[in-house]
Amino acid sequence: MSDSVQTRAGREGKKGDLAVRLTGKEAGGIEISIESSVGHMFGKQIEKTARETLDSLGIENCEIEINDMGAFDYVIMARIEAAARRLGKIGHPGCLPERKVEYGPPRRERLRRTRLYMPGNNPDLMRNGGLYGADSVILDLEDSVSPGEKDAARILVRNTLLSNDYFDCERIVRINPLSTEYGADDLEMVVPYGVDTILVPKCETAEDVKAVEKIITRLEKKHSLGHEILIMPLIETAKGILNAYEIGAASGRVIALCFGAEDFTADIGAERTKEGTESFAARSMLVLGAKAAGVQVIDTVFSDVQDEEGLVANTKEAMALGFEGKGVIHPAQIAPIHAVFSPAPERIEYARKVVAAIEKARSEGSGVATIGSKMIDAPIETRARKILRLAEALGLLEEENKGSNGKTGGGS
Amino acid sequence: MVPNALGRLIPEEIDGKKLKPFMGAHAGHGGGRKAAPPIRAVADYANKLRASLDEAIDACGIKDGMTVSFHHHLRNGDYVMNMVVDKLAEQGLKDLTLVPSALFPVHEPLIKHIENGVISHVEGSMNGPVGRACSLGKMSKTCILRSHGGRYRAIQDGDIKIDVAFIAAPAADHFGNCNGHSGPSACGVMGYALADSLYAEKTVVLTDNLQPFPVFPWVIKGGNVDHVCTVEKLGDPEQIISGTTRITRSPTRQLIAEYAARFVQDIGLLDEPDFTFQSGAGGISLAFLKYLGDIMRETGVVARFARGGSNRYLVDMLEEGLIEYILDGQCFDLVGVRSLRENPRHLETDPFTSYCYHTKGNFAPLVKVGILGATEIDVDFNVNVNTHSDGWLLHGIGGFTDVTDSQITMITAPLLRGRLPVITDSVTTVTAPGEVIDVLVTERGIAVNPAREDILGRLKGSDLPVRTIGELRDMAIGLSGLPEKPDYEDRIVALIEWRDGTVIDTVRQLKVKA
Repeated sequence: MSDSVQTRAGREGKKGDLAVRLTGKEAGGIEISIESSVGHMFGKQIEKTARETLDSLGIENCEIEINDMGAFDYVIMARIEAAARRLGKIGHPGCLPERKVEYGPPRRERLRRTRLYMPGNNPDLMRNGGLYGADSVILDLEDSVSPGEKDAARILVRNTLLSNDYFDCERIVRINPLSTEYGADDLEMVVPYGVDTILVPKCETAEDVKAVEKIITRLEKKHSLGHEILIMPLIETAKGILNAYEIGAASGRVIALCFGAEDFTADIGAERTKEGTESFAARSMLVLGAKAAGVQVIDTVFSDVQDEEGLVANTKEAMALGFEGKGVIHPAQIAPIHAVFSPAPERIEYARKVVAAIEKARSEGSGVATIGSKMIDAPIETRARKILRLAEALGLLEEENKGSNGKTGGGS
Repeated sequence: MVPNALGRLIPEEIDGKKLKPFMGAHAGHGGGRKAAPPIRAVADYANKLRASLDEAIDACGIKDGMTVSFHHHLRNGDYVMNMVVDKLAEQGLKDLTLVPSALFPVHEPLIKHIENGVISHVEGSMNGPVGRACSLGKMSKTCILRSHGGRYRAIQDGDIKIDVAFIAAPAADHFGNCNGHSGPSACGVMGYALADSLYAEKTVVLTDNLQPFPVFPWVIKGGNVDHVCTVEKLGDPEQIISGTTRITRSPTRQLIAEYAARFVQDIGLLDEPDFTFQSGAGGISLAFLKYLGDIMRETGVVARFARGGSNRYLVDMLEEGLIEYILDGQCFDLVGVRSLRENPRHLETDPFTSYCYHTKGNFAPLVKVGILGATEIDVDFNVNVNTHSDGWLLHGIGGFTDVTDSQITMITAPLLRGRLPVITDSVTTVTAPGEVIDVLVTERGIAVNPAREDILGRLKGSDLPVRTIGELRDMAIGLSGLPEKPDYEDRIVALIEWRDGTVIDTVRQLKVKA
């Protein structure tokens, strides 16, 4: 056994995860040993999953040790596949779990008030991400995953997309930049398996978007996907800000530009503050670029999870600048942000009056509508209709009719 | 073996005692006479103060096979039970029946006294290490698990005769009047020791805070006490008030708590006069208080009373005026203790007034909604709080089955704990029958017992994720896979008693792989 190769994968002692140790052998079949916190109830199932995974990866001889802390089957499969790939010689597609959830094609038009970030190598945190009512979830392969775990995380994220229900949430994966050795492999692993939108970090030029688009297009054809995956560039440098319009207009797949404050402040050599003075101009420019390109624009995360007041103030400011959503790093931030982005009853009522006045004027053949002495011009109508669309999407119009007492969102 | 009303097989007799199988949650109507303690006379009680615990024990004349009782208000800080049982062991006593109102990890040293035959078995409550010992078959007789109300009933009805009751009293006088309001080992409420003091042959009060007569309020009355002695310390104050009273930080559990609070609002309970509720001290329950408090503040609703387990979140609501009274069964933190001592609207209760089934009514049914946790619930809404899905007996009943007398009994639990589904086809052990469980709230949906058509009707128009329990079960099993069942030996190691003294289920010894 001295010349045998051993690999490891997974996270030992972490809830909902497991550690796998795999030793390659020339002969002797599969020797398996399992320690599990739920061994009494799932020991046989874990062994079955392990054997099936090895079988489908074409591994006939090996020693495998599993130390499990209550991981689901798709996590066990992902960790074994990661260990096997580290042993070498495993091609695509690997060992795919049965697809448990069917989603419709990605939708361009949707609310993106909140996008919940979840670290892509942590199965326990990703599991319930769809329950908290966020508009989108982001399974992250970039900053929250250490370089040594990029390969394992992308397998886990793929299996999570296939197995875990995110209900109505938009499913976003943040890949690594294509300029790194990881980016292209990330796309290869997730594009065919249920992602709606690719979040492209450190986007600086239109070329960055086009390069991602090229790979996506190839993968869509190869896997006959029949729908178009969307792209969400993340702008986190001065150069990216200055190119915001070009980036937004670089591809029909782009649906929103997002701002990343942490990297941006580092890039310009400033300190990040709660007030965000250092990024004020940049955020305004990003709004202009996105709107000129006709796409949505989404603000950065608010990092102090305990400070709800600060979060609300920060979100109000973002909304005032023209942003349509924020990143979220904890589910507790979702409800306060949604409350900010929900139009107040007075605004809905006014919007209704505007639309009613315009429709009345039109039906009477008059070109000019007024409320009281105030003339309603085209931008006022546009804004009013936008508010009503938002209110309808949030179910606020219906609730008003029911006379209910204005509950805010929160759950799904 | 005979099947009870739930179809669980119950032995007709165990350890020479005839058993009554469970007939239905409210099928029992009492009858017979209460047990009575011996008549004593003032002539023999000129001085109750003993020089030491040893003298007090000697004065009780404890013999092999007798029954000794303890209460659990000192929680995981309790020194008294270990101290007393060590002394009984030193005297060479055997085959004692231990009747605690609850056990904690601090009581692990009892296991050696179980293994060497000092203790034959436990009646009352078992958790953690002692429960594990029971599952392994280490007790020579069969244990009986009872709720707090069930324990009171068993003592009152004479199902257990307590020979000596040991009462740990944070404040006491030489006459035996005592309470838990003050002193270095203050624990707040002391009501679980009431039945012991009323019905035991002998009652010993231990204190580390002897005060001049009269100690008031006399929660335990000196007229029921035989001996008083002082010990250096009753317990570890930091552990008496356990660390459990913190709002959960888990987003999943917060979501469950939020759903629970919105459920209370959406079925219109807050629109009715005299809203009342009971919620425990676990992480989800405390988060529930936070969400409920927010809703009550917004809607201007004031609760007539909340049934404690008091804790700082409940006390905040009392002091803010969101609750008119706390009716308290035990204090979970120092804020609860302080409030009980100082606030005339914070009332001390005992299991007779609040929980006992054999009384002319108690106030559990006056509670509109009771929020409880559970280890398992099945598709018939039967609940298990005693054993884990792998068969280990690890928890007592506490007040669980008594709280199910609330007008709406709600179980809050994660649909999956790690890989373990909370919903099963049939619970490992039945603690409470489905007929008294009305709602299950999980992070992936809310299921209402189909027998409660009224609740389902009131939920119309709510945007909460209402599912059938079958749908929730499928969702859970779909994620986890179907768990294997534990392997048991034939021997029954514990009985689960329903509130009325009938047996609702049994627990078997676990087959442990070598």
